[in-house]
Amino acid sequence: MTTSQHEISDEIAKIQADSPTGAPLLDFPPYRSTLLRHPTKELQLVDPEGAELLAPVFGHSDVAPVESDLTIQRGGEPIGERIRVHGRVLDGDGRPVRRQLVEIWQANAAGRYSHQGDQHPAPLDPFFTGVGRCLTDDHGWYSFTSIKPGPYPWRNHHNAWRPAHIHFSLFGTDFTQRLITQMYFPGDQLLALDPIAQSITDPAARARLIASYDHSQSEHEWLLGYRWDIVLTGSHATYLEPSDD
Amino acid sequence: MTEATPGQTVGPFFHHALAYPGDAELVPFGSAGSVVLHGHVYDGEGTPVPDAMIEIRQADASGVVPAVGGSLRRRGAGFTGWGRCCTDSSGHYWFSTVEPGLPFFAVTVFARGLLDRLFTRIYLPGAEGARDGLVASREDDGRLRFDIHLQGPSETPFFTFPRM
Repeated sequence: MTTSQHEISDEIAKIQADSPTGAPLLDFPPYRSTLLRHPTKELQLVDPEGAELLAPVFGHSDVAPVESDLTIQRGGEPIGERIRVHGRVLDGDGRPVRRQLVEIWQANAAGRYSHQGDQHPAPLDPFFTGVGRCLTDDHGWYSFTSIKPGPYPWRNHHNAWRPAHIHFSLFGTDFTQRLITQMYFPGDQLLALDPIAQSITDPAARARLIASYDHSQSEHEWLLGYRWDIVLTGSHATYLEPSDD
Repeated sequence: MTEATPGQTVGPFFHHALAYPGDAELVPFGSAGSVVLHGHVYDGEGTPVPDAMIEIRQADASGVVPAVGGSLRRRGAGFTGWGRCCTDSSGHYWFSTVEPGLPFFAVTVFARGLLDRLFTRIYLPGAEGARDGLVASREDDGRLRFDIHLQGPSETPFFTFPRM
């Protein structure tokens, strides 16, 4: 583990100079763990059929409203900057993805996950699991109350740090819209150094993973608001008319 | 068309968020008419991948793809046609389900070190029109077996779909 950030950043710059792509490159050596875990054959273009045409359905029996507030799950106040992250889940035609499951997980304010595999010597917070769920509403809106996650070190190379992020797991109306991704925070200096974020080699596409500060959602003497919209392409549904909301 | 939000790896720390009781049991294990679909996930050197997650979506035994909620709670929901399994320390995944009335299970694969999800299919043995390399084998005890190779000589065929 002697590779420096400088060497990693050089590798990233060389790859990005080639051809910018909107989806992450699966073969992206600066993120070392991809080495043996990326397919080498081209993806086969397939017309979706059967179960691929329909995403799983989730309902209020699956998710309790309290699961969208990560600050009240353990009977005490977690430490950190209280935030709200909200936005809309849309399909590629701008239509809302209604009543669909959104799952999130994140590190605590010190950059530590409540996960047995996380060995980073930062404190656990007994009042924070970092896990949340909600259903989008009839207009595709989701909202979570949480604590701003801290950046944390990882072992990709020497002095490697992940930018602060929240993991999002999303479903559309079609199975083919399934997405797991990460939301980042505006102004984070670690983003440019991070091989995971930089695996999306088109800067405009990468920017779509960064939330914006949303003062209209900040609450007086209580929390700071962020807005992040998510677009799930890959629906086979015929475009009928612009959505009315 | 609006531009897609790019994917990112599921990372190493997803289990406490995404695994839940009964996630891999689309029907109760051992119940009448149930079948086990299982296998291992391997990397390009044939090493098991202990931090992957597999999801399946499927029709019921009569060929209907259910559009009913309840997959996360599994309480009296009936058959919802969706399940999730995190691989164990030996890279093994399994589902207790029914054999779909349509020829394949739709599959998504996530893992640490895999920067975006992968789509594939697992066809039932003997299914007509099955794509090469995507047919499950029937074991002596009746279980369906399908190994997923992220890379290497036995690399599993993975898909992309129109309009992605």
